[in-house]
Parts: sequence; structure tokens; C-alpha cells
Amino acid sequence: MKYLPLVLANLGRHKRRTILTILSVALALFLFASLRTVVTTINASSRFGGARRLVALNATGLVFPLPLSYANRIKAMPGVHNVSWANWFGGRYGDGKRFFANFAVDPESYLAMYPEIVIPPDQRQAFLQDRTGALIGKRLLSEFGWKLGQNVTLQGTIFPGDWTFTVRAVYTPTDPAIGDDVLIFHHAYFDERIGRAGIAGWYIVEINDASQAPTIAKQIDDAFRNSSSPTKTGTEREFQASFATMWGNVSLLMGTIGLAVVFAILLVTANAMMMSARERTGEVAVLKTIGFSDRLLFGLVMLEAGVLALTGAFLGLGGAKLLYKATNFNAAGFLPGFNVTTATLILGVAVAVGLMLASGLVPAVRAARLPIVQALRHVE
Amino acid sequence: MRIPFIYNVRSVMQRPYSTALTALGIALVVAVFIGMLALANGFAAALAKTGSSANVIVLRRGADSELSSGLGRDVASMIAASPHVATGTDGRPLVSPEVYVLIPLGKSFDTTQLANVVVRGVSDQAWMVRANVKMVAGQRPTSGRPEVCVGQRLVARFPHTGIGQSLHFAGRDWTVACHFSAAGSAFESEIWGENEQFMPVFRGEVFQSITFRLKNPAAFDDARRALQDDKRMTVDAHRESDFYSQQSQLLGRILAILAWAITSIMAVGAVFGAVNTMYAAIAARSPEIAVLMTLGFKPSSVLTSFLFESAVIAAVGGLIGCLLALPINGLVTSTTNWASFSEIAFSFRVTPLLLLNGFLFAVVMGLIGGFFPAWRAARLRVVQALR
Repeated sequence: MKYLPLVLANLGRHKRRTILTILSVALALFLFASLRTVVTTINASSRFGGARRLVALNATGLVFPLPLSYANRIKAMPGVHNVSWANWFGGRYGDGKRFFANFAVDPESYLAMYPEIVIPPDQRQAFLQDRTGALIGKRLLSEFGWKLGQNVTLQGTIFPGDWTFTVRAVYTPTDPAIGDDVLIFHHAYFDERIGRAGIAGWYIVEINDASQAPTIAKQIDDAFRNSSSPTKTGTEREFQASFATMWGNVSLLMGTIGLAVVFAILLVTANAMMMSARERTGEVAVLKTIGFSDRLLFGLVMLEAGVLALTGAFLGLGGAKLLYKATNFNAAGFLPGFNVTTATLILGVAVAVGLMLASGLVPAVRAARLPIVQALRHVE
Repeated sequence: MRIPFIYNVRSVMQRPYSTALTALGIALVVAVFIGMLALANGFAAALAKTGSSANVIVLRRGADSELSSGLGRDVASMIAASPHVATGTDGRPLVSPEVYVLIPLGKSFDTTQLANVVVRGVSDQAWMVRANVKMVAGQRPTSGRPEVCVGQRLVARFPHTGIGQSLHFAGRDWTVACHFSAAGSAFESEIWGENEQFMPVFRGEVFQSITFRLKNPAAFDDARRALQDDKRMTVDAHRESDFYSQQSQLLGRILAILAWAITSIMAVGAVFGAVNTMYAAIAARSPEIAVLMTLGFKPSSVLTSFLFESAVIAAVGGLIGCLLALPINGLVTSTTNWASFSEIAFSFRVTPLLLLNGFLFAVVMGLIGGFFPAWRAARLRVVQALR
């Protein structure tokens, strides 16, 4: 490490070049971290799901409802602890530009099943007692400037008309995959307004023993196989994963772009390193003459490349981490829990090390192999 | 007086590696730029081509997609009787009341991966109402038989979609009687069958949308007013082409914003690379520049000369980028259109305009990257540089 000052002095010689190179590495790793986080966020949401929660849907497709009467039949099955149900509402707020999920649930059983949804006790009580009350994520509160007790009107797209709810409670999710921009309201009120159609979009079934999941899922499906609305039951994780696959080739796309970005910046860094090395041919010869070994010179060039790459990585990765954290970014609700993970940061550092090796290798080998006599001819 | 361009071209060739690395960096940025916009373009084009401006799609008032709409038989017959509807050669009105649902289908490469595929129940007239839909193989489904026609983009991606095979959904088997194309539009990702057969097995006595051909395409506003003011029904009428472009807006905009954000960040990095290269070039050639000035070339000529040099390097990069991006043209990919919740397949679309934009983008990067170094070259002190 005693040679670090020498390396820094070399880097300081062309301050502009050093700064620009570091900045381009920083930008590349910023992009790399952002793209990678899109993928990890989608993956994390597909892994979400309580081990003891099953989801039952209509086997024909998720746009078809199930009869509300299934609740009691499922609840009576052995191994089932509790049942709740929900229905997608698809309401639009204001001009509809800011989309957020909203659905009707059976509040008491739903909240009991989702300890990830944290609500202050008094608000929870207020929500449970008000049939037209709404429970909203804390992001909606800050984004629309809503207040507790305020009336909020959604326009139904599937269920026509204006639906007014009173904001009674605000929740904070402990698992980011749940999303903090959801509006939840009472299924009883929903059912009443659509003329007691007695429908549920999906059932959530809490079971006693997670290892029994496949057996119970089959038991539920078997029970309704010959009815007008057969079910398809799976773990909550499978349900979530089916949404994640809807993104299609996004992971591949993000990966390809990430690769192109890193490669483009590799070219910039390698170029800068080669330019520096070429300009210093004479100096390297002098250093060799006064006794610097080939190996040491190789190391010095590599160290220089390393300082460039790692400083850039520090700025880019750190910048990404802080920026997304500070702005509470969630891609307009599409990627809840957007957070640069430690694994991504480590991968980013690995990329930077790769960048150092790839950009420093040619100049470093050249410096190590340089014949002194020839090189000194360049020195005027 | 201008410095001859050949001077720059030869100088560039003097340092092949450095030039090549810079040009390649720019090439990658251009390739990503073109690739991402080709994706956004392809998606928007697939949906834009779906609708025809001569057609009107009627939904229940307030519904923002076919999925959330519902219309009764009475509405269908009132619309069929409307004077704004064109009539076919057989004298029947060109109206198609349609059932629209999504069903989960396992994909060919991995049947556990489910996609939501659109199943559309259409009337006999639908094939005439939708001018872009053409049968490419097989026979039109016979009325009354459990037969369906499959959009050609589904054929490779989903099993059991070959002619004569049978698809299982809604608790029944449906024989695939034909494949159809629809000019690359979203219809090609749909399964079509007879509306009267789909009604009982799916959502009961209700249509999701009614599409008809306008007698006079220019009279859309009149038709719309007539329908929306009709007290007997609560509907919204949209021009079909507008309706489908509307559906592409959300995802199309996200893709375009993503393309611009990613490429502009990349571009800044590449410009930095160009700046480094040009500064190094100028530092190495300052005696030459001094000689040029001594010979009587003006500083402004030196400035343009170096700007040109930088632009040439970038232009080479731009060309390589265009070549790199070309092979993705036509590549089929699929995603869920969140506006309709269904999966649609579409192809990347690299247009000449896009290539030109990519190329210009490269040249602009070169000019920006070259400006400060060229400025420095132009202000070089002759005496100092010649020392």
C-alpha cells in the first residue's frame, strides 16, 4: 500500500480524464443497480406469500368470480383454520392517471390472516365498525394528501357508479411485496351495492399446517369439481408467481441492457487506461531502471485501474441505494418495495472488479514487459 | 479556409485502438437506444393496427376496457338497427356483439407458466367488420359446433393450437378449425369462437362489447352522439382505432420513458469517453495544431476540424450501432398489457426513421463530446505549443 500515493499522483496528473472516467463508471453501475433491482423486486414479489395461506380462484380464469357460499364449505374442511375472501374492484380515482389497486375484502378475517398489514389499534377498530370505511396504504395518504375521516370517491369501471368511502385507517406493510398503495374496503358494502350477487373474486384459506397445503388444495378443488364454478387452489406464493410471470421477458431485457451498459463503460475505462499508459511509457522505463520489478509495475497499473473502477462503483452503487431510498421510488405503484438489495451491491462491486481486470490487463502486461532500452528512446 | 477533411480521417487512423473503443462505446449506446424504442414501437404498432378508424366499439358507460364492460342483448339489437351501421353484401348489418374473457393457458416451453389469453366470442359478421383479419389455414368454424379459430401468434407459443387439435377451456374441448392473421395486431394473440356458444359457458347472457362498421366513417361523431344520448342504454362509443391506441398508452409510455432514461444515462458515459479520447488526441497533436495555425489556418477552422473529427468517430459508432440493432427487427416477444390484463405478442419494429434517429443521436454525442477539446485546440498558443 505504500505505493498508493504514487498511483494517486498518476491519477491526479490528468484530473479531468480521471474524473470523467470515474463518473462514467459511476453512471454505468448506477444503471446496472437500477436494472438489477427491477428484476429482484419482481422476483421478491413472486416469492411473497405466507406458507400457511392458500388462494382459491375460479378454474376458468381469474376474471370469473366464485359463489360466496363456498366460504362456509371451505371453512368446515379439516385442516382449515380460517377463510377470507376478496373481490377486485378496479375503481378509478380522479383522472385515473395514477393507478392503484383497490379491492373489497371481508375485513375481520382478512386482517386476522395478514399480520403483515400493520394498523394502529384505534384506526383498525374504526375501520371495522364503518361499513363504508376504507383502509389505505400510507403512500396513498401522502400522494393524494388524504386525511383520516375524509371521504374519497372512486369511479367503478367494472361496477359502475360513484363509490364513496371514508378513510378510516392507514396501514404500513411489514413486507414490501404487499405494496403501500392499496385501498381496501368492506366486502359486505360491495355486495350490498351490486345487488347481493354473492360473489367473491378469490378466497384466501389459512391452514393449520403448511405441509398439508397440497392435500388441502386438492380437497378444495375436488369438492367443487362438478359444480358450476370449479376452483383452482394453490399456495399464495404460486398465485403471486403467476403475476410475476406476466411481466414476460422483462428479466431478460433488463439483463441484456445491463450487460450492454457495463460493456460500453468497459470500453471507456479501458480506453482511458490505455491512453494513460501510452503517455507514460518513458516513465515506466525510468522506474524499471531504478529497480522497480516487472511484477510491481504490473500491480501499479492494475491498482490504478482498480482505484478508477472501485471509486466509480462506490459512487454509482451508493448513489442508487440512497436515491431510491430517499425518494421512496416504486415506479408509480408497479414495483412495490423497490430497494437495492445487498446482493445487488455485492454483484455491482464484482462487476467493478471485473472492469478493473479487463481495463487494466492490457496496459499492465505492456508495462511489465516493456524493454527498457527501447522505451527510453522515447524520452527526449 | 477549411482544413482538409483527409487530415482528420488520417489522424483518426493513426490511433486505431482508441478510436475503435470510443466508437464501439457509442455503438452500444445507439444499439440499446434503437432496441428499446423498437420494443416500444412494436408494442404501440401492434395495438394501433388492431383497431380500424371505420369501426366503432361500444362498451358499457364508465368501462375502461372490454373486460370491465357488460351489455345486454337488447343493446345489441338496438345497435344493429341503428341507421349509422353499414350493411354487408348480404344486406345484414355489419355488427359483432362480442363475448370477451381471459383464460389461463400454459405456454409451450413451460406449461406451468400461465398466460392470460383473450377468448373472443364473435358473430358471423365479425370477419367482415374486422377488415384486417384473414384466415390463413383451415376452415371457418361451423356455427353450432364446438370449434374455434386461433390467432397465428398463439400457435407457436401455446400447445394444442394446431389445426384439428383440441383446446380445453371452460370445462369443454374446443376443436381448432383454423388459424387467422390480423396484420400483426393484437387480434393475432386471441382465440375466436362463436359468441352464442361462449355466452352460456362463460358469463351468461351478456356481451362485453359491440363493434360495428360505420356506414360513413366521417360521421363518427353523429353516431357516437346518437348512441350515447339514447335513453334506453348507458353506453360509451369509441372509435375502434382510438380505443386500442388508448390501451397501448400506459405500457407504451412506460417503455418510451425507460428507453430515454436508460439511453441518456448511457449516453453521458459514452460522451465522457469521447471527451477523453479527443483531449488525448489534441494533447498528442498540439505541435501539429500549432503548425496548422502557423500556416495560416484560423482558430475557427481548427475548431470545426476537430469537431468534425469527433463527429466522424461517433458516426462510425452510430453505423455500427444501427447494424447491431438491425437483427432484432421482427423478433417476437410478449408481455402483459396491463390495460387489458391480457398477454399480447408483438414484434420489435426497427424503422428507417428509428435508425436515422439513432445515427443522429450518435453524431450529437460526438459533437458534444468533441466540443470542449476542439475549443481548447482552437485556443492553443502557437508559440507555447511549438516549443
